[in-house]
Formats: sequence, C-alpha cells, structure tokens
Amino acid sequence: MPSIQPHHVINPLIKIENLCKSYSLEDANGRTIMNQVLFNINLTINQGEFVAIMGQSGSGKSTLMNILGCLDTPTSGSYWLSEKNAAALSGDELARIRNRSIGFVFQGFNLLKRMTALDNVAAPLLYAGVSRSNSRRQALEFLRRTGLENFALHQPNQLSGGQQQRVAISRALINQPALILADEPTGNLDSQTSREIMSLFAQLNRDQGITIVLVTHEDTIAAYAKRLIRLKDGHVIYDKNNDRSLRTQ
Amino acid sequence: MNLFSIIGEALRALRQNRLRTGLTMLGMIIGVAAVVLMLSIGQGAQTKINQSIAAMGSHLFIVVPGATSSGGFSFGSGTIKTLTINDAHAIAELPSIGATAPVITGTAQLNYAAKNWSTIITGTTPDYFAVGSWKMESGTTFSESDLRSAARVVVLGSITAKNLFNDEDPVGKTIRITNRPFLVVGVLMAKGQSLTGRDQDDNVFIPITTSERQITGSQFPGSIRYMLAQGNSADDMDIAEIEMVQLLRQRHRISAGKENDFTVRNLTAIADVATSAAKVMSMVLGAIASVSLLVGGIGIMNIMLVSVTERTREIGIRMAIGANQRAILTQFLLEAMMICSMGGLIGVVLGIGGAWLVSQVADMLIVVTLGMIGLAFLFASAVGIFFGFYPAKKAASLKPVDALRYE
Repeated sequence: MPSIQPHHVINPLIKIENLCKSYSLEDANGRTIMNQVLFNINLTINQGEFVAIMGQSGSGKSTLMNILGCLDTPTSGSYWLSEKNAAALSGDELARIRNRSIGFVFQGFNLLKRMTALDNVAAPLLYAGVSRSNSRRQALEFLRRTGLENFALHQPNQLSGGQQQRVAISRALINQPALILADEPTGNLDSQTSREIMSLFAQLNRDQGITIVLVTHEDTIAAYAKRLIRLKDGHVIYDKNNDRSLRTQ
Repeated sequence: MNLFSIIGEALRALRQNRLRTGLTMLGMIIGVAAVVLMLSIGQGAQTKINQSIAAMGSHLFIVVPGATSSGGFSFGSGTIKTLTINDAHAIAELPSIGATAPVITGTAQLNYAAKNWSTIITGTTPDYFAVGSWKMESGTTFSESDLRSAARVVVLGSITAKNLFNDEDPVGKTIRITNRPFLVVGVLMAKGQSLTGRDQDDNVFIPITTSERQITGSQFPGSIRYMLAQGNSADDMDIAEIEMVQLLRQRHRISAGKENDFTVRNLTAIADVATSAAKVMSMVLGAIASVSLLVGGIGIMNIMLVSVTERTREIGIRMAIGANQRAILTQFLLEAMMICSMGGLIGVVLGIGGAWLVSQVADMLIVVTLGMIGLAFLFASAVGIFFGFYPAKKAASLKPVDALRYE
C-alpha cells in the first residue's frame, strides 16, 4: 500500500492496523450515542518519511494525529510505534514516549506563557530528568540552530508568530525524537513565514532523517511532503507519493 | 523532572498571579496567626495558674471551723470557734502531715512616722511561711521563741512595706500597730494575686500568741480562724485528709453519725480544677482558631481548582512534551503547599507579634512556645497537602488530548 519503501529501513516506525476511534456523546435526551470518527485505518510510515495528511474538517485527521502522538488511545485496532503497541502502554509509558520519541508542533504554537523561549525549549529535557543548567545549555544550542539565540530570554508574547513557531520546533527537536508531528503548523502564519517554516521541516527531514507527519488542508503546504494521505469521513481515500515534492527535492 | 525544577515551576506560577496568591495566603496567615495567638493566650493562662499554685504552696489543706446551726438555720463555716491552736499542734504530729500553721486574723491601723495604713493582721506560727511557700525579701521571719514570749515583732507583706516605708529599708524599724510598738524583723517577697484574685501582699504577720493577747483578742482562748496543713507528699493527700478528719472528730468528741464541726479542704484539688479549666480553655481557643485554618484551607482548595481549570491548556502542553501524572500532581501540590507554608511562616510571625501586643495592651501573661509554633506550622502544611491534593489529582488525571483541546 505505501508507495515509498526505502530499502535501507527494515522496520516501520509507525504501523497502524484496523484502527478505529469513536467517542461517546450524550444526545439531547441524555442517551449515550457513539460517534465513530476513524474506520479501520491501516497505515505504515517508515523512518525518514515526510508525510502530509490532508482532509476537510471532520475527516478525522486531527483524531488520527492525536492517536499518533499518544495523546489519545484508539478504541480498537493497534498502533505500533517503534515496535511498541501504544494501545497497551500505561499513562507513564505514554508520557515517556511523548517526551523522548515524539516532538509536537501545533497550529497555535502552544508555548508555555510567561516562560522565556529558552525555558520553553528546555522544558522537555527537565521532564526527561536533565538538570536545569544542562537543559538550558542544550536549549540555547537548539535555539541557535533555528536562528533565535538572540531571543532566548524573550517570552512568547514578545515574539512574532514565525519566531514562536520556531521556538516550538526547537522544543520539539530537543529530545532528538524519531518523529515530529505537526498539526497545521502554518495555520496561524503568513505565506512568507509559512514558506520559511516548511523549508525548515524539509531541511530537518532531508539532513537529519527525522520522520515528519504533517496535518494540513492547504495544498501549497502539503506540497513540501514526499507522501500524501487523504482522509474523508474517517477513511483513507488516497495514499500516494507526492510527485511535485519529489520534483522540488 | 527533579524536585528542584518543580519548585521553580511552582514559584513561577505563584508569582504570575500575585494578588490571587496573596489573598489565598491571607486565609492561611490569619488562620495560623489566630492559632498561635490563641494557644499563647491559653498557655499564658495556664502558666499564670501554675505560678499561683506554686506560690500557694504544695499539697496544702485548709481546715476551717464548722458551721453551726440554730433552730434549723445553718450558719456559714467558721461561725463557731471549734478549732484551736492545740488542734493544729496535734495534726502536725500526724505521720502524713509535715507541718501546720494556725491562723487568726483581724484588721488594724499601722503607723510609721507620718504614714498610716490599715491592713489585715495575720497571727500565726513561724511554720506558716514555709507551709505557704513565702520567701523573704529581707530580714527573717519571727522565731519560735518570739512565739513563746508573745514578742512584739512583725513581718511585713511587700505592699504594706511599700506603703509604710516607700524606699526605706523597714527591717529593724519600729512600727505601731493599734498604737503598740512592733519591731519589723522581715519583709516578704511579693507573691501576687491568689487563685481567687485576692492580693496576698497587703498583709502583716505577727506571732499568734501576740495577736491573741494584744491585737485581735479572742472570745474563746486558743480558738483559731483556720489552719493550713501541709501533706508530706502529693500521693498521700487522701490518707492525710482521712487521718485529719479522724483525729479532729476524736479530739472534738463527735459521736458516729454526727456531722463534723469543721471542714477540711484539699487546695491541690482546687488547683487541679483550675488547671484543667485552663487546659480546656486553651483547647477551646485552639479549636476555634483551627476553624479559621480550615476555612483558609477550603479557600486554597477553591483557588487551586480555579487555577487547574484556567491552566488546563498549560497542563495539556506539559503532558504533550512529556510530563507524566506524577510531575503534574507534584507541581500543583507544591503550589498549594507553598501557599500554606509561606502563609504559615508569616502567620507565625504575626501571631507572635499579636501575642506581644495583647500582653502589652491587656497586661496578660502570654507564653509562646516553640512547640506551638511548630504545631501551627505543621498544621498549616497538612492543610495544604489535604486541600491541595484533590485539585492536583484533578489536574494530573486530565486526558492529554482533552487538556490540549481546552479553550
């Protein structure tokens, strides 16, 4: 099914089998009704891929993203991340995976308010048990790589959107995760900044081999990915190599 | 995440909302200050009572002549003169009794130079001073030979001495009591008020023999107003009381079935009642103050719940970047505990300050002990843990996806 199968990678980073997700809701009469959002998703993503998941709102792409990020658990089916079945892990183990193996980049940046850029980037290291001074030193290095070392002591509300997103990317990268999950990362940015952020993702993917899964509804953003997955009403309806992306490489 | 980092996070969060943190802390401050203040007032009252008891003398009995009745009317105790100096001597011989002091009293006018003062004259024996735990400011008590010879010697209470002599040293001077010259041999150290609030220092003491023959006089020679008897030990007070009653009944020839013509009161028992009353007061004050601590605790819980709701998204972000439940729980619990311990610290300082103020303004004895400070502080921290736990637990058990989505 996946069109790209780099031959040097043996085990897939992500393997999803028959995954379903439904939410229970209460209707006006107080009865519980089940609302199924994802239907029998099967998906394999290998290390080093750059995947864009597209779909209209309500297509289930955010739900899928949350499950991929171990923020939510599937109702049925299995989700293997680095050969661990995330559906069977405890809350603490999931927290550990989110900390070490996954970096999140959100549409709204989701930086911690009233904390400096430096402390924001350092936070995942603190949760990993690294000392404060060590984590700050490393955080500064990561800010330098995204060109923000001069803004290290600025708080998020003193930074532009693009700068905030680059702080968020630094934070996502600091524990050197295998996987970056970006949920509409350019949704709050102008087109020029969007291009810069997307170039940064492409560069991370190309130079460091970091697997990137991107959720977007914009074709121009999805164009940066090497593989395109389309969801509709909880089903995968399209999964192909992105020819345009290959051309830009 | 190590504890040090979490403390840093908690401090940052508390600083972000200074006014709210301050107001929440105020509940704790008032609670702890109230507990410290109330406990110190209670402790002060207890100490005051203990001092009075110690001043009164240890394991004391007071024996007063009994009530008389006439035509069905009972008169008050002491209305008949059934108790004598010889009764006192006999009781002093009992094995369970250390010493006794018979007392007769009267009032008289004292003169020294141009000053005069009216006060109570206590005629007694030299043992009185030992039995009543009196200490000498200067000079000595009168002696057994003074007693035998009915000498005109006098020991002054401190207030009487001050009123007659001002700053002059009274010992060796002669004062006049109802116009008879008396040599001042000693001045007593001040004792303050008795448990009943009577001033014990406005008093003069002369040998009982002198008093009987020359000052107060007596209808019935040898009869006394009351006697103090000192038991040998606190454990034998009950035995001593029984022995005294038996001896006096025998000496007064009271047949079986007839009522005593005297009353024996155990002053230690009275003191015990006063002590336990002070303890109960202490506890009641502490309990009332604890209520304010409890209210402060509920305030903390309330604010922490609001804080958790407000910061749901922050909790979600922290979970997304790898915080586990314990890290979130610890962070919020620490915030609550910091409010409490900082409030507790300020409260202790304010409580001590308040206690000092009360002692100055109301002229009360206030005792602040390290124990009560520790207790108040521990109690405050416990309140923090107790009332902080539920909100912290609530924060930690949020689902990451729900917390992140929260607007």
